[in-house]
Amino acid sequence: MTITIKYFGLIAEVTKQNEETIDFSGQSATELLEYLFLKYPDLKNKDFQVAQNQELVANDAIITGQELALLPPFAGG
Amino acid sequence: MSRYHRHITLSEIGQQGQDKLSAAKVLVVGAGGLGCPILQYLAAAGIGTLGIIDFDVVDISNLQRQVLFGTSSLGQNKAKAAKKRLEDLNNEIIIKSYPEELNYQNAIDLFEHYDIIVDGTDNFETRYLVNDACIITNKPLVFGAIYKFEGQVSVFNYNNGPSYRCLFPNPPKKDSVPNCSEIGVLGVLPGIIGSMQANEVLKMILGIGYVLSGKLLCYNALTSQTSVLSIRKIEDNFHKVLKNSLVFHKKPLNINCDVDIIDISIMDILQKENIQFIDVREHHEQPKVDNLKITYLPLSELENHLDKINSGKEKAIFCQSGIRSKQAVSILKKYNITNCYSIKEGASDINKFIKEQHKTSFNVR
Repeated sequence: MTITIKYFGLIAEVTKQNEETIDFSGQSATELLEYLFLKYPDLKNKDFQVAQNQELVANDAIITGQELALLPPFAGG
Repeated sequence: MSRYHRHITLSEIGQQGQDKLSAAKVLVVGAGGLGCPILQYLAAAGIGTLGIIDFDVVDISNLQRQVLFGTSSLGQNKAKAAKKRLEDLNNEIIIKSYPEELNYQNAIDLFEHYDIIVDGTDNFETRYLVNDACIITNKPLVFGAIYKFEGQVSVFNYNNGPSYRCLFPNPPKKDSVPNCSEIGVLGVLPGIIGSMQANEVLKMILGIGYVLSGKLLCYNALTSQTSVLSIRKIEDNFHKVLKNSLVFHKKPLNINCDVDIIDISIMDILQKENIQFIDVREHHEQPKVDNLKITYLPLSELENHLDKINSGKEKAIFCQSGIRSKQAVSILKKYNITNCYSIKEGASDINKFIKEQHKTSFNVR
């Protein structure tokens, strides 16, 4: 299945893009993250939450949607 | 024509709505990049009681985005300087300034006096403190945070909605996300995000439109894209905070900025004992600091003279403005030399403080 992943803040700096579309055959967000950690090793030690179809989900959620997002916390003010 | 004519003309607001704004009490935590536009619009809108808490002083590098301040405010406490500016903007409202750090000891009492809390802080430790204090006092929290060209806005703890912990349950692992304000930021970005926060405050008080509760708005200034993500309430996050509410006021505040660089004021450092004071300015730079025993170690020579660092003492490092002293702390950390503080003030302010302290102790005698 084709999914689009959006990256925010410092996550986008690691992946060097704001979004990408990939062909993904796995089931869960965990599998997707494993794939992304291989592709972008620096992601591993970053803090972020996963959103699926504009809704925050647990890291082991089943992937049903076409759009995912990796959202880091921001501290600045 | 009245000050609020353009509000009252709106059928959604009217005199009744304006009276609601006038009766409202809003506390803004932090008068920095976010706090300035938030305060500016809330004061202009006629929020009846506006509280400002910030311990920090205005630095020239703040003026690129902190629009309440000017060159005449340099060195002044931000809460006080903001109050002065806002009183000129609107003399019909009450503005209270708290020139102090928000911590676990004062947060609950302070929050009790307000209806809505607005987060304009710049570090995770204080953000979680603000969130938890809002849960304990049951106050809605208007959240905003920025990173370089991007911002996040949400309203937490509102009408049984989620909290910041439902979005990010715990503070990030140390060093995994830049903390505090050492990274760059596009000056207009906090203006946009802070204005969005002020908008949420007004909507909540007026009871109009849709409040960003249960939603996180993400804005990218470079792409002009906005994404809105849903956040679900996780009850457990509230229980955990409430369970610990009785010991809340006993917690120490431990703000780790960036790479563990510990900023400290000369006032606080002089209360410590067994300190090695290190001047990292070049040899020709004036004024020298009087009345303290100083080790002179210019930043350019620091790495060649690590033997001059006293491992048995805490190190208080200073320079002309507090920037090179931070660099020195980072360099020393590379060599595993810890217990280093960067003094916020520059040499001339340190001299001034010591002189004043001498005067005071003389007067007491």
